[in-house]
Amino acid sequence: MSATFEPITGRYMNLDLFGRPHRIYVEHAGEGTPLLCLHTAGSDGRQYRALMNDARITRNHRVIAFDMPWHGKSSPPAGWHDEEYQLTSAQYTTMILEIAAALELDKPIVIGCSIGGRIALHLALEHPEVFRAIIGLQAGAHVDPYYDLNFLHRSDVHGGEVAAAIVSGLVGPDAPDKERWETLWHYMQSGPGVFKGDLYFYKIDGDIRGRVAEIDTKRCPLFLLSGEYDYSCTPEETLAVAGSIAGSEVTIMKGLGHFPMSENPEVFLNHLLPVLEKIGRS
Amino acid sequence: MIEVLQQRVNGDEGLVRRGRYLTTTFLLEVGPTAWLISIFEGRVVSVTRGPFVMPSSAFALRASEEEWAKFWSRKPPPGSNDLMALIKRRVLKAEGNLQIFMANLRYFKEALAKLRSEGAAS
Repeated sequence: MSATFEPITGRYMNLDLFGRPHRIYVEHAGEGTPLLCLHTAGSDGRQYRALMNDARITRNHRVIAFDMPWHGKSSPPAGWHDEEYQLTSAQYTTMILEIAAALELDKPIVIGCSIGGRIALHLALEHPEVFRAIIGLQAGAHVDPYYDLNFLHRSDVHGGEVAAAIVSGLVGPDAPDKERWETLWHYMQSGPGVFKGDLYFYKIDGDIRGRVAEIDTKRCPLFLLSGEYDYSCTPEETLAVAGSIAGSEVTIMKGLGHFPMSENPEVFLNHLLPVLEKIGRS
Repeated sequence: MIEVLQQRVNGDEGLVRRGRYLTTTFLLEVGPTAWLISIFEGRVVSVTRGPFVMPSSAFALRASEEEWAKFWSRKPPPGSNDLMALIKRRVLKAEGNLQIFMANLRYFKEALAKLRSEGAAS
């Protein structure tokens, strides 16, 4: 059996973020309109590999996914060993804008899931001029903590095992086993306290309930897609956000959960492709 | 029906292997009915139906009969497909020493899903 290679290229980018040098891992595939992909909390850019491997997308999109600092193959900044990682809205926004600028992306489409879906709402509100369109997956304005987050980072609980076990039920019931367990493997590989640090943004700092209705979709089109089985960001919460933003378009994806692009790419792409086509026509 | 937990868990070699460092007793409440479930090194060694005078357990999982019935259905609806989904909706109470529960969360999720109708996905 001969080896085959996927059409994905990975590179390391050295970039100053928040006044400190960072080493950021970036993958890309395809040519055309930039499509910048934001992964979920406690995971990394591998979640978007199905998009990068699908010619229906890459023939007219340059798909880019970076691992956030502390995630995947991106390192934490020097000095990390004496710090507690906590993601804030301001850092997250700065990171996305700086990386998009460093990659010289011209009016990219941004697609983000979960924390990436939440920051997509922040970007739609504060930086609509930067983006061609914004796609929020599993995007709610706020999620109340529903378990003790301290269990994610303590010496008598294995961080990788508990992170994957907490999110396992967020994968929809129809997800193929291969993709379900690949999605969970990414969670199992996350560094100590990183998932917890991301959830600081998701459950505390990133609350945008009071401002979400101010998003102006005339300045940047907004598409919201959420999986039926997501109990973290429920369809009802996504519908509530959509209902408060004039001009936003919402799709509830039957059978899917919290990780549509990685848990069940084949079904997800049936929802995403029409959205990309519509953006391409506008 | 809770008694079948012993045979179904112990019959799953992978589940028992993943639980090999787990030895505990927990209380499962299905509406008004209580069960004490003892695990030794990943194997369920006893499932005892209450009522109890002074049940001793590391932690307890409590939900109504209706909620457990949905959780144990062949294809649970959204919001009922996972223990964490029940906890999020505040219909499952997890109380006691939850370190044991959380450190072995995959084990407990998969063990309790064994009570789903035969043929259902675990």
